[in-house]
Amino acid sequence: MSDTIRITIDQTTVQAAAGSTILQAAREAGISIPTICYHDHCTANGLCRICVVEVEGARTLQPACVVQIRDGMVIHTRSERVIRSRRTIFELLASTVDLSESPEIQAMIHEYHADVYRYPDAETRLPAVIDDNPMYIRDYAKCILCWRCVQVCAEDAQYTYAINFSGRGYETQISTFYEIPMPESTCVFCGQCVGVCPTGALKPKRQWLLEMGYTPDEIMNLTRSQRQRRKRREEISANPS
Amino acid sequence: MSELDLSPLLHRLESYHSQGRTALLPALHDAQQLYGYIPKPAAEAIAQALNVPLAEVFGVIEFYSLFYSQPVGKTVIHICNDPACALAGSETLFKQIRFHQEASPADSPQSALTIEMAPCLGLCEHAPAALVQGQPIARADRQTWQDLVSGKGERPSSVLGGTVSILTANCGLGHTVELSEYLDLGGYQALRKALRTPPRQIIEEIKAAGLVGRGGAAFPTGLKWEAAADAPSEVKYVVCNADEAEPGTFKDRVLMEDDPHSILEGMLIAGYAIGAQKGYIYIRGEYWFPYQAMKNAVEEAREAGFLGSNILDTEFNFEIEIRRGAGAYICGEETALFESIEGKRGFPRLKPPFPTTQGLFGKPTVINNVETLANVPVIIRKGASHYRKLGTEKSPGSKLFCLSGDVVRPGLYEVPFGIPFHHLLFDLAGGVRPGHHFQAALFGGAAGAFATTDHLNVRLTFEDLKEAGLPLGSGVITVFDETRDLRDICLRLARFFAEESCGKCYPCQMGTQRQFEIMERIVRGEIHKEDWERLQDVGWTMTDSSLCGLGQTAASAILSAMKHFPHLFQTV
Repeated sequence: MSDTIRITIDQTTVQAAAGSTILQAAREAGISIPTICYHDHCTANGLCRICVVEVEGARTLQPACVVQIRDGMVIHTRSERVIRSRRTIFELLASTVDLSESPEIQAMIHEYHADVYRYPDAETRLPAVIDDNPMYIRDYAKCILCWRCVQVCAEDAQYTYAINFSGRGYETQISTFYEIPMPESTCVFCGQCVGVCPTGALKPKRQWLLEMGYTPDEIMNLTRSQRQRRKRREEISANPS
Repeated sequence: MSELDLSPLLHRLESYHSQGRTALLPALHDAQQLYGYIPKPAAEAIAQALNVPLAEVFGVIEFYSLFYSQPVGKTVIHICNDPACALAGSETLFKQIRFHQEASPADSPQSALTIEMAPCLGLCEHAPAALVQGQPIARADRQTWQDLVSGKGERPSSVLGGTVSILTANCGLGHTVELSEYLDLGGYQALRKALRTPPRQIIEEIKAAGLVGRGGAAFPTGLKWEAAADAPSEVKYVVCNADEAEPGTFKDRVLMEDDPHSILEGMLIAGYAIGAQKGYIYIRGEYWFPYQAMKNAVEEAREAGFLGSNILDTEFNFEIEIRRGAGAYICGEETALFESIEGKRGFPRLKPPFPTTQGLFGKPTVINNVETLANVPVIIRKGASHYRKLGTEKSPGSKLFCLSGDVVRPGLYEVPFGIPFHHLLFDLAGGVRPGHHFQAALFGGAAGAFATTDHLNVRLTFEDLKEAGLPLGSGVITVFDETRDLRDICLRLARFFAEESCGKCYPCQMGTQRQFEIMERIVRGEIHKEDWERLQDVGWTMTDSSLCGLGQTAASAILSAMKHFPHLFQTV
């Protein structure tokens, strides 16, 4: 095959399809590289840097999810530098957000011997749960800013553009326009954001209520008025007179 | 909200309509100027006029610290809180203003103040500096409270020194050099010469001169131009990076305020060399006077036929548009700057692709720092070999150094590459303030590293500094005498990065915050023995794994302080 190239991953030389990313090539070779923000159906932005690997000749570590392989590339996926970065990023994350509903991340934290209590001064993110619509809740204390929800709401899937960001840096949070309640935004309640959320920050309202101990009947009663209000609003907008 | 009169905004939006999203920052600046902040209905009108999703307009407002989504005081005062101004007592100044404000009756104009601590305002030689409603005030501690609040005060002037004046030949005259004067001083001769020369030969000349970027990264300018010239595209851009925000840097401010046409001339030559027809100048939002000077210069140049179609009766067409930033250090990163011009949050892009193939609006782009462009007419006018008479083989020409802090004569110094640091500090700038002696100097700004007494003999060239482990960066040297606690300086730098991180990649988004928190505790005197490893792990993770140059250098100064002054970070 003319469009395969040779690369070396962790001392093993393998053939890989030209144009593939380091992550894809490694998977083909049976080497697993951890990821957090990466999702097969979303644009990869190289945000979380958990997938960084050492590429010989490169000054900094390289995000495997977006960097394409080159002929003769020599890659180390578990060098000392790589392990230090991954472990530190896990520790940063654990000191910032509530990972209690992120079993995959917890398993990686365990695997990398990351100390979740490493940073005693850490100001954790603790915004209140936003419960402003009958379909899903937003618990941004669990949000790891992987951007998937923003992306599927925009060009990655729905072209609805209901959400973007507020603040910047450590203060960044996912937000509607001027933080308006979701029903007042352009949200069409397609649920795609809930589907791609990896940490339980976005959760179906029913699931949330069940977890809090409400029975299905109680939940029907709790959400009935919201559903009726929504129906009325739709009738009014369809027939303004 | 019902009483908000949108008509003046709608009137202004008409002129932006055809531009679409790229006009978002200009439109938001307009709205804020009209209403003091950006009210929700104004944001909705802007979103509709420019065809940008509402949530994304809000995301942009929220990204830039000079845009407010909530009402603010009638007068907004920014007090610089970074090293040079802090050494000059900016914190006391801030507390005094707060005290006066709180003591003022509730209905007085003083109560309608918003007072904020700001990152470096680029007025380090006039420390402590302030902005009052966007207007710069030098030595703000010398103003009375009433004068300060009403915006009266000393306008910062240019303070120049050094042993040569090539880039600064037209600077420090006490006024902005306008077109007629610039022409009398030999201005636009380089452009005339360039337009009679094949573009490739211009690029060869810049390469032969050995010019490298002056914004901090020191990339060879000629190679950058060549790559953009080689990129296949009908549309190409030249961008002037005037988002000068590295703490301690003020050279570009002086160049733009005093000699704006030299920068336009550099851009025109770059445009001709790479085959571009359009240029952008992106000026940080805090720089009001440089913006005015550049704006006037562009209008003068357009009127005189140096911009527009068939420039100097040739086939060459070139236009320049000026854009203002809105308070975001990250926009000095080239791809974040493109995003900002495109009307987006200033998130840096993944590289590759590099700007020379896919830059602004996805087109091949040359982006150069102000000082780099100011070198271009000098090289073209007299030739590369003449240019190389100054400096060293690997660092030809002259360099602007911004000296501030505990130095007798803070200011902008132009010197040939190769003079020793002690010559610049002691002979030219008068040395450390009287009665004190040199402890350290921060080279390269917040993203830089500390020099110690061991470095006083280092020659100021790219190669010598690199060997000494010091970055030349943008030419910043902030001096600290023996009375200064460098941990306090490190805390300020840590706070700066925590506030300026864009939040895109994890190491920088959270690492800058953790670094700040740890430094805050260390400065309080509560050092844990684990702090050393914590700072090292956070620091090296940001350096190794961050997405862009901001995160990759966010620990640089602190790691260098830990190397040279380890006792400051250890328990006794």
